[in-house]
Amino acid sequence: MTDPNSVLFDYLLRLGDNALVTGQRLGELVGHGPELEEELAVANFALDYIGQARMIFELAGKVEGKGRDQDDLAFLRDGMDFRNVLLVEQPNGDFASLIVRQFLFESFYALQLERLMESSETELAAIAAKAAKEIEYHLRHGRQWLCRLGDGTEESHRRTQSAVDALWRYTGELFVADDIDKSAADAGIGPNPETLHKAWIDSASSALAEATLTIPENEWMAGGGKQGRHSEHLGFLLAEMQFLQRAYPGATW
Amino acid sequence: MNNEQWPLYEIFIRAKSGLSHRHVGSLHASDADMALDHARDLYTRRGEGVSIWAVESRTIIASDPAESSALFEPAADKIYRHPTFYEVPDGVENL
Repeated sequence: MTDPNSVLFDYLLRLGDNALVTGQRLGELVGHGPELEEELAVANFALDYIGQARMIFELAGKVEGKGRDQDDLAFLRDGMDFRNVLLVEQPNGDFASLIVRQFLFESFYALQLERLMESSETELAAIAAKAAKEIEYHLRHGRQWLCRLGDGTEESHRRTQSAVDALWRYTGELFVADDIDKSAADAGIGPNPETLHKAWIDSASSALAEATLTIPENEWMAGGGKQGRHSEHLGFLLAEMQFLQRAYPGATW
Repeated sequence: MNNEQWPLYEIFIRAKSGLSHRHVGSLHASDADMALDHARDLYTRRGEGVSIWAVESRTIIASDPAESSALFEPAADKIYRHPTFYEVPDGVENL
């Protein structure tokens, strides 16, 4: 943990993997959206995330200095080398579940990006500034849907509440700081996630309350994604995403 | 999800300050906020404008094509109604 470059690389992988896996998940909705307009919206979000992942991986490859580019990092790493949080790899489920997952993650991610804009790594700060604008809009879209579904019909409320109940246990990991987070915070690369929790819980609870949804009590929290211990869902996602590069190495358009 | 379609909205975009809003298309949305979001996703992702109007299509009052002669065929003998006696100076755009 003492090598500053390796801390930065690991930290960037976490950010990049969150973005890549979220982008891939959202991309799965293409062709399966509940409405044409909504499908386009979600596809746009997916592209925003893939764009962020590309920039972050490009920087990570440079920091690592072993000649790996964004494609190598995206397509040629196995599940245990991925450093995304468990929340983003959870399956889309129904539309309520997708909206809740995105809301829980993006209300955290927006806070993280806000702080990353002051990062000592100027390139990362620039990426964060661009991403923050995109996520601000995603969040606006997501909060509206959360309210529509949570405070909608009996059926939409039931589905949205059960998504909150199922996904809440993955929010703990977002705010647990390990050695990499702490070293990154000490180096001014990014915020210690513990410091984001209060702002997050305030905004998440008020949005959930507005949507007439309740936060599960005494919930056990899952963790391990940031250290490479993933749920079974990530493997399937990677199999689909990486298939082409694995089967036909170096294939290009 | 039921099979009823969401209401249709007509979308108008102002390309830049000083120009009027122009009709760019229509989309489905369940409410006004969603109409603006969808308009943003469909029509303004490439820096097309500075302002969006969304109008529910059913609130638009349209003319009847059967009445087009009464509404649109100008009196051809009243040439003074047509601003054809002016020369447009060079460099004037958007006229």
